[in-house]
Amino acid sequence: MTTTTRGRPGRSILLTSGLALALATVAVPFYWLAVGATHSSQELFSSPPPLLPGSHLADNLATLQETAHFGRVVLNSLGIAALYTLLAGTVCTLAGYGFATHRFRGREALFGLLMLGLVVPAQITLVPLFRMMAELHWLGTYQAVITPNLALPFGIFLMRQSMAALPKELLDSGRMDGCGELRLFWRVALPPMRPALAALAIFLFLYQWNDFVWPLIVLRDELTFTIPVALASLQGLDETDYGAILAGTSIAAVPMAIVFLLLQRHFVSGLLAGAVKE
Amino acid sequence: MTLAKPLPAAARPRRRGRTAPYLFVLPALLLFAAFKLYPIGWSFLLSLHRTTGGTETFVGLDNYARLIDDPLLWTALRNTLVILAVQVPLMLALATGLAVALDSRLLKGRPLFRLGFFLPMVTGLVAYGIVFSVLLNKDYGLVNWLLGHVGADPVPWLTDGTWARISLGLALTWHYTGYNAVILLARLQTVPRELYDAAAVDGAGALTAFRHVTLPGLRPALLLTTVLSTIGTLQLFDEPTVLTGGGPDNATLTLGMYLYRNAFTYFDFGYASAVAYALTLLIGLLGLLQFRLLGGKQ
Repeated sequence: MTTTTRGRPGRSILLTSGLALALATVAVPFYWLAVGATHSSQELFSSPPPLLPGSHLADNLATLQETAHFGRVVLNSLGIAALYTLLAGTVCTLAGYGFATHRFRGREALFGLLMLGLVVPAQITLVPLFRMMAELHWLGTYQAVITPNLALPFGIFLMRQSMAALPKELLDSGRMDGCGELRLFWRVALPPMRPALAALAIFLFLYQWNDFVWPLIVLRDELTFTIPVALASLQGLDETDYGAILAGTSIAAVPMAIVFLLLQRHFVSGLLAGAVKE
Repeated sequence: MTLAKPLPAAARPRRRGRTAPYLFVLPALLLFAAFKLYPIGWSFLLSLHRTTGGTETFVGLDNYARLIDDPLLWTALRNTLVILAVQVPLMLALATGLAVALDSRLLKGRPLFRLGFFLPMVTGLVAYGIVFSVLLNKDYGLVNWLLGHVGADPVPWLTDGTWARISLGLALTWHYTGYNAVILLARLQTVPRELYDAAAVDGAGALTAFRHVTLPGLRPALLLTTVLSTIGTLQLFDEPTVLTGGGPDNATLTLGMYLYRNAFTYFDFGYASAVAYALTLLIGLLGLLQFRLLGGKQ
């Protein structure tokens, strides 16, 4: 690492500062989002635009609560994303384990079938799914948001890739000790999978937290909206209060960024384990 | 896997081993069949029907014939393909450059950079769409204000067709470049350093080394990012919905938006399903083509 750096300190500084400049450009929308959340709509649309934090954050949050029941909306998003992460995480982990560690007839074909879901565009199922939900009388309910995407192909793929790294000897010796299959899964296979499980959990949570089209289609009542749906509905109003919308957007973005920062080591390595191996 | 010693027949858990694997994969398969396969089939049936006032009549391939004469569909297709042809290659070139820079031994603080460039990926599509729509506002947006300082006239980022497409491309690039770069970087780190050293010994310059060592090494990851970006672009919906609403004058109307409009604004489910099938066919064809061109010998 040091051998080549030593000879060319100038180029090292050039490269690092060049990338730092690029990163600063990438960070502008983040900074501006945080600043925008603290200004009123009039301040935002004045010249020059505000560059430093203002004093309207509390007002903006109050407006959000008044016009969009935003407190409730945040709770909806949290609840839906948490429940989805738990359920989809279970489904994907079980399937990934089954596909990675067991041999059975039709394994490759069934896995291939599931991976079809990665390629077929989601739009193709939109209309029939909507009508299924209508026939089940699920329109406007949370189960309509959560259920259709539980068997997420990417999640299954990720878990199969990670579980394939389990040493076969570990499972075999567990079986020799008379471990039942479920116990084997829970006690032997899962503990070393913590990083992969963390990556899966973040991925699933993010996916549901940010999902827009499907909740937009099935949710009806403002009180049941998730954050993206509520934000988009605010943007559609005649007199759009952008200060309030940016405050809401911050609420949508900042917690995710923090969670991601805390767990990113698992997330990036877990995702890459899935993405690069094949 | 092949290294594991075969167990003696008596110790092999025979019956248990037969049903257990199916039980593990069963929940996923059932859910997938119910909420993916079944709707995919139903969608095809719908595409053969016309929906009028809640009743459905079988019309054969009429909906598919309608696709051909529908000027808006062609507009949406052209818009989508323009974004695909311009934004995706530029973004992947940028991501490749970024990955090479991140992989460089000359760089200080790599983990921080890797993290920083990945972060836009975490923000939701609606969230960043809204932020960009305000940043790019013609009269009061920060971007035009900054441009004004270097003497440029205000740019109609969202109100002129061509500029609206550029804005959409900029937003997409901001969101996905770092993500692609991180995937490429992971692959790049598996390229043995000795190859670069050997190239240097042979007197190869930086560009030659890039062409003959970096690019071939990146090929699988480039294929993956190309295919993923293509699928994502062809399905594009959230960003234009929030950023431009498909306007001005349908300049940023995408196939995904047009499908949604037909289904949930006009309730023309049959036609929307035909659009969906056409879109799927297009994705399948382009995916195959990319595998052929980039897949190499594998």
